[in-house]
Amino acid sequence: MTPSALIGTRLRERRLAAGIRQADLAAGAAISPSYLNLIEHNRRNVTPEVLERLAAALGLSAKEFGDSEPAALVADLRAAAATLPEAGAEAERAEDLAGRFPGWARLIAQLQTNNAVLRQAVAALNDRLGHDPHLSSALHELLSALSAVRATAEILVETEDLTPDWQRRFHLNLHHDSARLVQGAETLISWLDHSEVETETVAAAPQDEFETWAAARGWSAEPGGDDAPWPASPAARDLARAWLDQAGRDRAAMPPGAFEAALDESGPDPALLAARFGSDVLAAMRRIAFLPDSAAGLVLCDASGTLLFRKPADGFSLPRFGAACPLWPLFAALARPGQPVRALVATPAPGARRFICLGFCETRQPYGFDGPELRTAAMLILPADPRDAGAAIALGPTCRICPRAPCPARREPSILGTAAV
Amino acid sequence: MGTGQSRRVLLIEDEPNIAEAIVFILSRDGWEVTHIADGAAAPEAARRLDPALVILDHMLPGMSGLEILIALRADPLTAAVPVLMLTAKGLPRDREAAERAGASRFMTKPFSNAGILAEVRALTGGGTDAAAGQR
Repeated sequence: MTPSALIGTRLRERRLAAGIRQADLAAGAAISPSYLNLIEHNRRNVTPEVLERLAAALGLSAKEFGDSEPAALVADLRAAAATLPEAGAEAERAEDLAGRFPGWARLIAQLQTNNAVLRQAVAALNDRLGHDPHLSSALHELLSALSAVRATAEILVETEDLTPDWQRRFHLNLHHDSARLVQGAETLISWLDHSEVETETVAAAPQDEFETWAAARGWSAEPGGDDAPWPASPAARDLARAWLDQAGRDRAAMPPGAFEAALDESGPDPALLAARFGSDVLAAMRRIAFLPDSAAGLVLCDASGTLLFRKPADGFSLPRFGAACPLWPLFAALARPGQPVRALVATPAPGARRFICLGFCETRQPYGFDGPELRTAAMLILPADPRDAGAAIALGPTCRICPRAPCPARREPSILGTAAV
Repeated sequence: MGTGQSRRVLLIEDEPNIAEAIVFILSRDGWEVTHIADGAAAPEAARRLDPALVILDHMLPGMSGLEILIALRADPLTAAVPVLMLTAKGLPRDREAAERAGASRFMTKPFSNAGILAEVRALTGGGTDAAAGQR
């Protein structure tokens, strides 16, 4: 089943859900009912213009029927299969499932997401219990007061010849420590109450929460795009603020208007743009990726290869969990700081797409000459132009859900069926 | 060091009421207890006093119990002195860290008076109740 076939299935599903007759929708989109019937049964491709009209007639966005959403859904289904391989889910048929049973597929994908979120919440709560300084301090205070009470009470009970002076002294100590116990217990109860309120805010990793928030803004870091509420957790809010602040600095270095004009003139070459504005390459990459309606994806990683930032590009799946495909030009750039890496890449079938990836790595020496070097590598993901011919690097999202069978870079088996792609 | 006939115990504990109780219990058992509350002063106090035993709290101002323990073990003058660690932290990793650093015994709070007395006697070679007459 091709990705375009999924559009017909989804269209039919949405029309039926809205309770609109086929003939009425066809009339609303100015096409014949028979043509709509063929589209809905996946026997005709639909042009972007017609899809736009059909979506409008349904009160929806064409994006909801586009290739990207089914592709994302299929990726989620494969990820779900990967998390529980012993269940024997036919991961290679994920696309088929998404096309035939989109509701069930979304349910599975959502349950997969919920499951991951709950796991993260458990890990966060576990980490909090083990390392939270307030809890540790409250328990320490309680145990210290209890120790003093126990030791003092034992002396009072077991020492028959205790002088009145010592008795008075130890009674005073008991009085003092009982007050500490009350205060310690209240502190602990207050902490537990507060934790309950915050449980939901630790449900998602801050990076995931931030990225969901940024996606809701359309990844626009322009001023005024503050309709989406701020992320719930303080950590994700910090990430969001840092992102907006950095975008503000990037805009100041490469002002709106002048930047778009330079982009039109020189194309999306971050090195050229950086040179023109006296800025740095990573800043120019961010500027390109965060322009309103930019189709460019952007990923950042540190020297360990851990992804620090993920803005997806339509058709280029980014791993939600775990490490990325080692063939990404991002990692070639990471190994060669200061040297631009440009590569034509192809994502796996089905739904194979070609992209131009531009990678660049910058280094810092925050600890001085004698300290360790820190690296940040970035990869801009641009939809390839049809003129970008030639051999492309056959990469994937991450090994676990990559269908490419003969891959020398593979680090673990795929849960998908083998495919010679 | 710490293995002779000394009856001196160095108690490093910042909780005054716990310290008072321990000083009382050990004094009645015939021990000469010196109490200090500041962790940073502990290594020098141990060198000066030549105690038979150090009772060391885990969380202290100035210098943590673990840091003091490492300093004691690194100094030839105090390297062999038995150290009884007291802590409100009963986590296995804290116990392991203390044992790696050279703690002789590890007691978690709240402890019993009889328990701490038994540990002190055991660590000092089964010291007798020299002060029974004082009770």
